[in-house]
Amino acid sequence: MRTKLRKELPLHLMLLPGLVMIILFSYVPMAGVMIAFQKFIPAKGLFGDQKWVGLDNFEYVMNLPSFTQVLWNTLFISSLKLILGLIIPLVFAILLNELASNVIKRSVQTAIYLPYFLSWVVLGGILIDILSPSGGIVNEFLGWFGVSKIFFLGDNDWFPFTLIASDVWKNFGYGTIVYLAAITGIDPGLYEAATIDGANRWHKTWHITIPGIRMVIVLLSVLSLGQLLNAGFDQVFNLYSPQVYESGDILDTFVYRIGLLDAQYGVATAVGFFKSIISLTLISSSYFLAYRFAKYRIF
Amino acid sequence: MTTVHRSKKFDGISVLNATFLILVSLLCILPLIHIIAVSFSSSAAASAGYVRLWPVDFTFASYMYTMSRTEFWQSMLVSLTRIGIGTPLNLLLTILVAYPLSKESHALRFRSVYAWAFFVTMLFNGGLIPWYTTLKEYGLLDSIWALVLPGAVPVFSVVLLLNFFREIPKELEEAALIDGAGHFRTVWSIFVPISKPALATLALFSMVEHWNSWFDGLLLMGNPANYPLQSYIQTIVIQQNLSNMSRDAMLDLALISDRTLKSSQIFLGSLPIILAYPFLQKYFVKGIVLGSVKG
Repeated sequence: MRTKLRKELPLHLMLLPGLVMIILFSYVPMAGVMIAFQKFIPAKGLFGDQKWVGLDNFEYVMNLPSFTQVLWNTLFISSLKLILGLIIPLVFAILLNELASNVIKRSVQTAIYLPYFLSWVVLGGILIDILSPSGGIVNEFLGWFGVSKIFFLGDNDWFPFTLIASDVWKNFGYGTIVYLAAITGIDPGLYEAATIDGANRWHKTWHITIPGIRMVIVLLSVLSLGQLLNAGFDQVFNLYSPQVYESGDILDTFVYRIGLLDAQYGVATAVGFFKSIISLTLISSSYFLAYRFAKYRIF
Repeated sequence: MTTVHRSKKFDGISVLNATFLILVSLLCILPLIHIIAVSFSSSAAASAGYVRLWPVDFTFASYMYTMSRTEFWQSMLVSLTRIGIGTPLNLLLTILVAYPLSKESHALRFRSVYAWAFFVTMLFNGGLIPWYTTLKEYGLLDSIWALVLPGAVPVFSVVLLLNFFREIPKELEEAALIDGAGHFRTVWSIFVPISKPALATLALFSMVEHWNSWFDGLLLMGNPANYPLQSYIQTIVIQQNLSNMSRDAMLDLALISDRTLKSSQIFLGSLPIILAYPFLQKYFVKGIVLGSVKG
């Protein structure tokens, strides 16, 4: 027994630095959610003698008229992002797979995958410039077709859809490549057999391609469910402005403003805690479903 | 029936499909090309909206101006330091955590406890305020360590690498152990060399992550001199009012407009990614296939 332990000891030692890091930078902040139940005064410190207020912070938030709006914005923006973010890459992967020319196929893949790697700071800067109503190239282009100027980033009717469209634009290349990789794994013999039986393009897509990647579709859908309350902080933060708070403010940006700008630490932590609990439930369920239906295991 | 083995025919639909896909690809890269064109155009041409996809009155003026700012070089240095410390640290910890976790539970006591401890950090976090407060209490604000330590263990990379380690034949490890190598030696002399492609992928993940991060810099650095490049760009391109940059001095130059200046900064902020893109794409495709479609 003792020799076994000695043989194992190096393995435990290897884990030590990583464990120390996650305890310091993940678990201690997790303990910090107690701020949600306090009237937190930063000067007294995280583990200092703070005044406990029970659920006051939660109550306060629930009664804010803007909170319902923020919750609604979050769900609306993220669910549309999720749905389009699943369907559009699927369609593109199927269309790309139909291309006969490998040169075009590879070039298209390269081009659509590029925005995925750029930060929302860079993309935010680009979008602010090209979508501007004064001299932005998109409005100029629309003007050629007689469309009057649209203030994409400053108009409450347009802002959420601008967020959704630009998110899909940034990320669909990634999804396309995942689906395409799955399609490549389908046995080509199936297509040949179908061709001999007289199947056309649509038959083959419907009866071979889609069933062939069904598992990947299920897996991606299920895993994305866990992200329902993440409507995209990086993106919104870089694109929004006070005039579109009404339609574009999401939980994460709300937490940032009430917490760090208004210094209402307890209230902001309460909102964050609420979000984390629901997200945890969603993510755990999505992992459970992914295991159930797609035999997906993370470890 | 000569087309039996060629399911991809050349017909009207194919042409339509190819045209559509090419148009969409253009939609993905033209905005970037437009910004580059604006950044190299004269202030007058850019303000008048003459610039489309090619610079008008070609000039380096906005780049000269950006590069003459000490803030720009300072933040570039912070970004490079961040990558220089952050990426090796990420890789080292990923290897050290992934190797023990890739063992069976009878070979490592408490394996599943460890695995869950790491996994939970992907599921739950304290939220913004507790995170900020903790880092403040550690005295990390305004230090480079605030940018590299909180993300030191990239759990997703650990998962990818441990799955990769499991594919390595057991015999190799057994042979090493019989020859008297300890676990540390085995990791270093056998697992690391075999895993070079996977490690290269993870290194790229980490570098892109560090390069693109901006919010932690903005939040944790009180002094703008400590901003990494993306945070610096965020403050001047996205936030309108700048305290630390004199706009009057900028307007005095008259050769550059706000628009060309911002465009040049956007381009500089994405330049390393664009340059590394051929490698990035190749490795990331492998990486995401490794990570997402397993199972």
